[in-house]
Formats: sequence, structure tokens, C-alpha cells
Amino acid sequence: MTNKEKTVLITKNGIRHDGRKKTDLREIRFEVGILDRADGSAIIYWGKNKILAAVYGPRELHPKHMALPDRALIRCEYRMATFSVTERKSPAPKRREKEISKILAEAIEPAVFDYLYPRSVIDVFIEVLQADGGSRCASITAAALALADAGIPMKDLVVGCAAGNLNGEVVIDLDDVEDKEGQGDLPIAVLPLSGEVVLLQSDGVFNPEQYKEALDLLMDACQTIYKLQREAITNKYAKITEEIIEPVEVEPEPTEAKVEKKKGEKTEEKKETEEKTPKKKASAKKAKSEQSEESEKKKKTSKKKEKKTPPKKDEEAKE
Amino acid sequence: MTIFIENRSMVTPGEIIAEGNYNVGQNVYRKDKRIISQVIGLVSIKDDYINVVSLKGKYIPRVGDTVIGKVTDVSLNTWTVDIASPYPGILRPATSLDRRFDPVKDHTRKFFDIGDVISAKVFSFDRTRDPVLTLRDNNRSGSTTFLGKLIGGRVIEISPSKIPRLIGRRGSMISTIKQYTNCRMIVGQNGRVWFKGNSFEEEYLVLQAIEKIDREAHTTGLTDRVKEFLEDARKKMGKPTAKGEQPKK
Repeated sequence: MTNKEKTVLITKNGIRHDGRKKTDLREIRFEVGILDRADGSAIIYWGKNKILAAVYGPRELHPKHMALPDRALIRCEYRMATFSVTERKSPAPKRREKEISKILAEAIEPAVFDYLYPRSVIDVFIEVLQADGGSRCASITAAALALADAGIPMKDLVVGCAAGNLNGEVVIDLDDVEDKEGQGDLPIAVLPLSGEVVLLQSDGVFNPEQYKEALDLLMDACQTIYKLQREAITNKYAKITEEIIEPVEVEPEPTEAKVEKKKGEKTEEKKETEEKTPKKKASAKKAKSEQSEESEKKKKTSKKKEKKTPPKKDEEAKE
Repeated sequence: MTIFIENRSMVTPGEIIAEGNYNVGQNVYRKDKRIISQVIGLVSIKDDYINVVSLKGKYIPRVGDTVIGKVTDVSLNTWTVDIASPYPGILRPATSLDRRFDPVKDHTRKFFDIGDVISAKVFSFDRTRDPVLTLRDNNRSGSTTFLGKLIGGRVIEISPSKIPRLIGRRGSMISTIKQYTNCRMIVGQNGRVWFKGNSFEEEYLVLQAIEKIDREAHTTGLTDRVKEFLEDARKKMGKPTAKGEQPKK
């Protein structure tokens, strides 16, 4: 207990217990499409948080009586792994997890064009592998990426972030210590394009000025996170493109080398056969010459292809 | 009337593509005067229509599509078919068999059983009812795909939005694969592809080619790259391109 009393949440200079300033976010990193069997997936590393989101669907809904006649049902399950917190957490879903599952589903719903898939269900599973405060905001941010990765039509991505009240100072992005010992916690989720608020919870004490300040700071923070979120998506596809483009430029050399190697091997074999059967000499020589011709042709064709590719790109663009 | 995003470049949900009196195409929505993307995909602007070609997503049935399905349930007078979509396909004997079907005397299981893979056409579908499939082809243009039970071969599932890429312009991609591998192929619009070849190696080649297309669908010059890949693979197999040069049968 003595330790806890000693932790200084915020100094007079505005430095927080982990060295951040008032409006500093923790480091945020995303990976998209990391699960093979899910329709869409994402993982978010937000400070010490590690949260996995998986999306399945739209798919057939069972039991059928839950189906909505005019739109898709959005189900969300938030679960914390037993090892996600310092004290082992019981795996049974508690009130807190049920609450977060519900508010996540409700925060996602306004972003998704659910009327495109009537009578079906979109399942979102969120698995907290490591928790360090602000996990509901991180979950929402990851879930939005997973939904986008699943190819589900959305108005916009959803971004979550929390603000807090530390001894009267409004700060952004609370971690676990600040969440527990601070005077207030204000998680929010927005659609960054329109600024619509899809989730707003508020815990503890804020006076009207602090509340306004917190909302203003959060909107800016959400825009920053939104950029990272978008980058994560484009990076996934850019990686594949890079993988392809580089080999095309580099490949001709290694393949030719391989062909030469093969030639070498074959010729060695042929030499052996020549020694054994001198009659076949002539035919072997022919084969050699043919091979070399072929390889030359290959080289030519490969060069031609290189030349050909740019105009074809244009053709495809016309499509 | 300004376009912010270049044609054929990548967008994410919520990205503003254009502003002004453009027509709303696929996978975009209009808010005020801005045209905004709904999905991750590639922008395609045709005339005044702004579309986004999605890179992923589930199959939504369309009347007339050829689909490849798997029978999941059999009842006295219906087969329920999984067509890789949020909605199960329904197949009835009246629109699928060549002869009269008497539910009292005949057994549906004798024709299709659970686990059978079939190719079928979507006969009807709307938001309120599950898609009804048929095995009758009323296509009079002449080109017919086989409809019915698929025996042997393999089925691979890719994202249905990549099927146009797999087929290629006027079937260029698919005919390339067929030429180089001598496989029979049926492409379902629902993202499933059935193929059967003479040997394991050739079938494996088809599989690799399809996976390559699925992975690299958002890039340009794909047909050439697939052709190159198939050529190389045939060389490695010791069966050089001779068969590939022949015109298709």
C-alpha cells in the first residue's frame, strides 16, 4: 500500500508516471490478416496491451429465431485470457466482460452497412492476450480493422481512445495504473470521418471544463490513431506488391543461373554417356546445341516480357 | 467535381474518393456530396460511375450465376446446398432431374447425398428468401458449363471478388491455366473452383496458380506472371512448354 501512495501520477511539469506528457499516446502498432481461418482478423499492440480480433461472417445464423429480417445481427464477444493480467483471471465471463461485449457490438453497428446482409450474422471475437488499461478502446480499434479485413462494407473505421482525470489534469490514453488510481476515466469511440461518437462511457469525476477539454483532446488523438489504422491496411497489401515487384526485377538472373547449372549437370551426365557409348556423341552434341539455343530463346523471351509489361499495365488500367 | 484518389489505387473504408455529382457504383456510398469507399479495394472509375472493387468478402447470390456447392442436408423433397454464402442454396428435384420425381417412391438421397459436390445455377434470389438453385441451363448463347454432380477432382475456395481476376479478360487467365495443365476446370461465381487433371502434379499446378492469383489479385500484370510461373513449373517437371503452345482444344 505504501508503494501505491508513493506513485506520482502527474508532476507539476506535466510528466506522467511513465514519462509521457498530457497528450502523448502510447506506441500503437497493428497487424492485419494474421489468422488464416477467420474471414478477417487483426492484432493491436497498444502500449502493453495485446489484443486479437477475429471476424467471421456474414454467415448463416443459428438459432434461426435470432435472425433479423432486415439486417445482419452483429454479435461480439470480448474475452480476457487467464494470463492477461498479473493476478490469474478466472476464465468464466464476468459482468465486466459481458458489458464490454455488449458495448463493443453497439459501437460497431453504426459503422457497418448491416442492411446488406439480412438474416445473417457477423461474429466478432476479441481475445485480450495482455491487458494494461484502455483495453476496450483498443478492442474497438482492432475490431474495426478486422471487419474491414473481412471485406464487410463499412461507413468508416471505428477508433477508440480514453481520457482521464489525474489530480485535476486531463490526460489522454490511460494505462492500468492511471486507470485505477486516477480520478476519472472517459473511454470514447468515434467514426473519425464524420466525428460521430459511437461509444461514450464515463467513470469518476470530471467538471464541465475538464469534460470539454477531454473530448477535444480525444478527437485529435482518434485522428492520429485513425491514420495508423489505415496504414496498417495498406501495408498488408503493399507488402505483397513489394514481394512481387522485387523478384520480377531480380529474378531473371537467378533463373538463368539455374538454367546454366542444369545445363552443366546435364552435360556432365552426357559426358559420362559419351564415354560409355561413343555412337551417341553426335546426338548429344546436337542436344547441347539445341539446349543452348533454347536458353538463348528463354533469355530473349524473358527480356521481351519485361518490355511488354508496361503497356499491359495500361491495358489493365483501361479495364 | 474533383477526384481525390487515382484510378486503380487502393482505398480503405471511409476514404473519400471524389466530391461532386458522380454516380454511386459498387461498394461506395454518398454522404453530402462526397463519394466514400465502403471496403478495402481498388478504385475503378468508369465514365461518371465510381466503383470500388473489393478484395475480400462473402458471396452474395445473383440470378444466373454458376456456383459450386456441397450438399449439407437432404430432406424428402429438397437438398440444402452450402454455396459459401451467408444463405444456403435450395435445390429441388423438379428443377434438377431429367425425369419425373415422385416423393413417395423416389429417394432424394439416390441422386445427391450429403457431401456431394455439385455445380448449379442460381435460379432465384432476393433479400427475403434463400437462393433457389437449378441444374437446368436456359442459356441459349451456346456456351454451356456442366451442371450436376462433380465426381472426383478437387475444389479450392478463394474470395469470390477475385473470380473475375481468375477468369481474366475474355477468359484469358483461365484458358492459360487450362492450356498449361490440361485440367478440366469449372469456376463458380461463389469463389469455388473445381478442377480435375490427369495427374497429381498437374492438379497441384492449378492449385498453386489459383492461390497465386488469390494472393496477388490487387497487382497489375498478373496474367503474364501466372503464365511465367506455369512455364517455369512445367520446365521443372521436365515437361516443357510444348503443350502450352498448342491452341486450346
